[in-house]
Amino acid sequence: MTILANILIVFFIVAGLVFIVVSAIGLFRLPDLYTRTHAASKSSTLGVMCILIGVFLHFWLIKDHFNPSILLGVLFLFITGPVGGHIMSRSSYIAGIKPWSGTVRDDLKDEIERMKKEQNIKE
Amino acid sequence: MTYFFWGATIVVVLSIVALLYRLVKGPNPSDRVVALDAIGVALICLVGLFSIVFDTSFFLEIILLLAILSFIGTIAFSKFIEKGDIITRDNSR
Repeated sequence: MTILANILIVFFIVAGLVFIVVSAIGLFRLPDLYTRTHAASKSSTLGVMCILIGVFLHFWLIKDHFNPSILLGVLFLFITGPVGGHIMSRSSYIAGIKPWSGTVRDDLKDEIERMKKEQNIKE
Repeated sequence: MTYFFWGATIVVVLSIVALLYRLVKGPNPSDRVVALDAIGVALICLVGLFSIVFDTSFFLEIILLLAILSFIGTIAFSKFIEKGDIITRDNSR
């Protein structure tokens, strides 16, 4: 039974490590702020969730210590990781950081120009 | 099993070093904030792995604390980059 629990823990922790390393390589190599935010928010959130589930299973199955605060941390990271990436990329687009030169289409540009025009009329 | 957890810790530390490169080099302030957010997430992994290695469950409260502080820091920096101030004053009073 201990061997089965160890296999489960090793599986979750190795999956989390793969995602963390992939997000680090993505921040190292991608050409643009928006693609880097894409890499950082998605894959590092999934990686930390997998590693925390591995830690939770280790303390539950090996040490017989059920710790619900780790599950609360997993839930909090699942909610706030993508929200942080979204709000960071949106505010830096409004602040005027240009996308990568190979970008094909830009739907947010028309929307933000329309929004600025409406605000100027209102004020 | 102990060697496996030490190896996992070393892999996370190496990925933090790769994120520090982006923190130093990044052309915009937004790049640095994104790199800091990713470093905070990797630090949460490091705290979990250290609590396994040192065989205590006292470190596990730090996980929630780091998650909340990293999220609040990212939101505050994004407000600052978008508007120039973090807490907007109310002009109607």
